[in-house]
Amino acid sequence: MFSNFDFDVIIRSLPYLFYDGMTFTLALTAFATAGGIVFGTLLAMMRLSGVPPLAVAATGYVNVMRAVPLLLVIFWFYFLVPYIGQWVTGAPRPIQVGPFVSSFVTFTLFEAAYFAEIMRAGIQSIPRGQVGAAQALGMTYLQTMGYIVLPQAFRNMLPVLLTQTIILFQDTSLVYVLSITDFMGAASKVAQRDGRLVEMYLFAALVYFLISFFASHLVRRLQRRIAIIR
Amino acid sequence: MNYNWNWGIFFETSPDGVHTYLTTLLMGTGWTLATALTAWCLALLLGSVVGVIRTTSSPWMVRLGNAYVELFRNIPLLVQMFLWYFVLPEVLPPAMGDWLKQLPDASFYTAVIALGFYTSARVAEQVRAGIMSLARGQRFAALALGLTTPQAYIYVLLPMAYRIILPPLTSEFLNIIKNSSVALTIGLMELTARARAMQEFTFQVFEAFTAATIIYIVINIIVTFGMRWIERRAAVPGLIGAAAPVAGH
Repeated sequence: MFSNFDFDVIIRSLPYLFYDGMTFTLALTAFATAGGIVFGTLLAMMRLSGVPPLAVAATGYVNVMRAVPLLLVIFWFYFLVPYIGQWVTGAPRPIQVGPFVSSFVTFTLFEAAYFAEIMRAGIQSIPRGQVGAAQALGMTYLQTMGYIVLPQAFRNMLPVLLTQTIILFQDTSLVYVLSITDFMGAASKVAQRDGRLVEMYLFAALVYFLISFFASHLVRRLQRRIAIIR
Repeated sequence: MNYNWNWGIFFETSPDGVHTYLTTLLMGTGWTLATALTAWCLALLLGSVVGVIRTTSSPWMVRLGNAYVELFRNIPLLVQMFLWYFVLPEVLPPAMGDWLKQLPDASFYTAVIALGFYTSARVAEQVRAGIMSLARGQRFAALALGLTTPQAYIYVLLPMAYRIILPPLTSEFLNIIKNSSVALTIGLMELTARARAMQEFTFQVFEAFTAATIIYIVINIIVTFGMRWIERRAAVPGLIGAAAPVAGH
């Protein structure tokens, strides 16, 4: 079965897989997590603001994004981002942004909908009395949110946010459909060039498994530590 | 925005010469639903077995169940699809591998297997959580009445557990519908793939994707309302049906 398993093709392509591929995967994961949490928190605040137009807009955005497969969203933005760029900059024709920029935009906006739901649960986990107390002290809405509610919400939800980041890390493999050289894209390019599908896909699975496994192990440990302090 | 809108495109004939583009999209919807539903049956079956195994008192069985869940949760779905589709026929004995490769609708069967196993790990987590949430007394009472362990699971523990975990199972079901779009990478012509094909043939990008988006949203709404109805009817009296937030897609 594994008699003609070619370890050499893996060794030979290691620099390409990790230097070209994994760098992009990790950059996309980090950027989309940071951007997604910021935008997601804004969406959650809009949804809980009690201002009907803001709440409706945020709810609609979150529900639509969560109803549609990530792959379809990737295709949407791949074609839509040039037009958005044209609209923002006022250029005469759609701006060619390429798959890299569009994948960064896509993952940030898509994951924001999922982070928004997590942050909403986090904000709602704060006792109402704390908001009242902050207001009684004369704090404005932004001060209440920035100093009282969000730090605690963020901390309560940290394990869930990190778990979502691990899912996001796995999801970045879907940029394969835009022929981007992320880790999976690199593995698949070598696999097809050298006709070594078995070796490359098994190795890719192993790498994804090890990273996700240890990351979720760390999240579980963090969860236990936070649980004791609270 | 200099983009030529043409909503009439849906009623023009697609390159297959027989169907309109609208029909091809609906055929794609059929494949999406067929894939998701078949895979869901597999996921429920496997997930229940693995979930039950993880609540037994045998440490080896629990470890085996945990390993199963970790394996299928920590590898991206796309990679799993490729393993089933490209790698499995190569590592099997040549005769079996050739048979697999020549199977008609191979991408459909592969997608069902891949999605089924991938989702079963998530279902197993829920089933385990559901069984663990039951009072210990229920198991003891069932055994004291003379039921064997399998009988206790089938007649007492599992029916209660399913009723408790129905809301998270609903979101897993919605996920499996969305995740079935990943099967386009192995050539399954489901909804997203049809929208993509329509965009490639007609250059009417936004019409094609709008239609697909609307179909996904409609499916989502129907499933959500249907499951809410079932959830209300199946709710266990006396329990507060609040689910904690979990990460997921």
